[in-house]
Amino acid sequence: MSAHAHGTQHFDETKRANIKFSAEALTTIENLMKRYPEGKSKSALLPVLHVAQAESEGWLSAEVMDYVAELMGIQSIEVFEVASFYSMYNLRPIGKCQLEVCRTSSCWARGAEDVVDYISKKLNIKEGETTTDGMFTLKTVECLGSCGSAPMLQCGAEYHENLTEAKIDALIDRYRSEGTRKNYTDLNYTNSK
Amino acid sequence: MSRKLLLTHDNVPNLHTIDVYRSKGGYASVEKALKKMTPEEIVEEVKKSGLRGRGGAGFPTGMKWSFLAKPEGVPRYLVCNADESEPGTFKDRYLMERNPHLLIEGMITSSFALGANTSYIYIRGEYFYVSRILETAIAEAYAKGWLGKNILGTGYNLDLYVQVGAGAYICGEETALLESLEGKRGNPRIKPPFPAIAGLYGCPTVVNNVETIAAVVPIVNDGGDEYAKIGIGRSTGTKLISASGNINKPGVYEIEMGVPVEEFIFSDQYCGGIANGKRMKACVPGGSSVPILPDYLVCKTATGEDRLMTYESLSDGGFATGSMLGSGGFIVYDEHQCVVRNTWNFSRFYHHESCGQCSPCREGTGWMERVLHRLEKGMGNMNDIDLLVELAKKIEGNTICPLGDAAAWPVAAAIKHFRHEFEYHVLYPEKVKDSKHGHKEPIMPVKPAPVMA
Repeated sequence: MSAHAHGTQHFDETKRANIKFSAEALTTIENLMKRYPEGKSKSALLPVLHVAQAESEGWLSAEVMDYVAELMGIQSIEVFEVASFYSMYNLRPIGKCQLEVCRTSSCWARGAEDVVDYISKKLNIKEGETTTDGMFTLKTVECLGSCGSAPMLQCGAEYHENLTEAKIDALIDRYRSEGTRKNYTDLNYTNSK
Repeated sequence: MSRKLLLTHDNVPNLHTIDVYRSKGGYASVEKALKKMTPEEIVEEVKKSGLRGRGGAGFPTGMKWSFLAKPEGVPRYLVCNADESEPGTFKDRYLMERNPHLLIEGMITSSFALGANTSYIYIRGEYFYVSRILETAIAEAYAKGWLGKNILGTGYNLDLYVQVGAGAYICGEETALLESLEGKRGNPRIKPPFPAIAGLYGCPTVVNNVETIAAVVPIVNDGGDEYAKIGIGRSTGTKLISASGNINKPGVYEIEMGVPVEEFIFSDQYCGGIANGKRMKACVPGGSSVPILPDYLVCKTATGEDRLMTYESLSDGGFATGSMLGSGGFIVYDEHQCVVRNTWNFSRFYHHESCGQCSPCREGTGWMERVLHRLEKGMGNMNDIDLLVELAKKIEGNTICPLGDAAAWPVAAAIKHFRHEFEYHVLYPEKVKDSKHGHKEPIMPVKPAPVMA
């Protein structure tokens, strides 16, 4: 996969036929759908898409969306219209670690623009780009509710707050040495019931 | 010292576990409500308390509850709005992270009062790690019999679930939240019908903010009258304020309604004054949607009275010289911050977050963003400033939901109070090319000369 590759342009039957989520993910999806009254399991779509994204290298292709529709017994368009509405769903490939820097007012007043510049120079990528090794994507996002600990960034489910250059260096080093994808969700997430 | 009702045991280690929470008197309101009170009595106490919606609108909670339709054989729902996405606001996250059982307790007591047997907490997707804290706490509550079938042997059943969103400011609007909870795009619904009549799955539903539901716990424990003793006038009880921006001590503070704004900003008990010894330039007291105030209108009203942290005092003077308490997202800006750039920042936010359903908002927010961007870059002209005022007027009141208003007000207020700074950007394009021009040459607000009668 090239780092700058765009999302699948056309639905591919062969790719679709080969999609299969892990048993753990499928159980989670099943449990999620049980949290709503009978006949209302479509309600689970948002959390299910987080699971789907975690199972699909961090992004939702047309084939994955179609697979989710089948799992949930709804139309593909119902999945696509939701996936394209919410900012946490990626409709094209991203790096293993997407660094999402908050750019809204409180973070801006405390140096968010400097954070973006610093990461951009350090990783040699602009906003929206992915490093050639496919490790990091740099993105700016709107308020993440961390205004009292600005500036900040999110990577997967982790919040990194009160950022300094040293902190950014340390987190990038750690992510690089771990080398794993950082997702918004983990599986077995339905531990309440 | 200010009384605390929600952050009372804030510093107790492991408060997020049910045993520690119980040892501090947790779940007492559930016992009292389910064993000794009728649902109507609880609603009555909430009415007496004067509690107003803590998400931003400030609508009386008891009244909202009393609107809930109760048709025979139709389920009712309580949905907690934990979408917290108003820029400058992070109090609900703080509360849920440290004290998840307080929210769960409030959900049980409130669900009982409303006759709901299934309730949901809708939390923004970015707070995934907080949703895990809630899920764990809910599992503990089930294990100890506070949730599930026949709670405390009273025959009352309640299932409580968490649902994560996926990144959309608009889902904080209650009907968009319900759409999202139903697995759809977050497009706000046309009202009426209000959720109290037709909400989740078309059933009667109450949607309340996290802090509102948490406040039901002390109200039931101590009585609505006791709660109403705190505060001033129609601003009763305590309020969580999220303080951010260029202050010494950003963070979440629980205040008694009525604390003077000056004390809140400058005392060491709260924000601790402006960071790095600078001057205060402006303040947004209630989240990004409320009008920005210039330094001279922050601590005093236009008539020279002390400005207080209450719904009424912060809105004193209307939109001409006042603002709003809103969600309590209190952002302070120092002299180096450029108001034009900040206004562009807010406009970009609203453009990004507009759901696209209504043309005035979908097109208008983008237009405002582009005009503000060129002004900020020194590429605008004087007509652009009036164009923005016109645009704001044309968006306001012309959309299904309040996002249009929320996008328009900050722009209108910024131009009203800081017009000279906008004009400066037109007059000195070379100086403002650098995005940090405010750091080199601070521009302070200019207090208008008093008009002789």
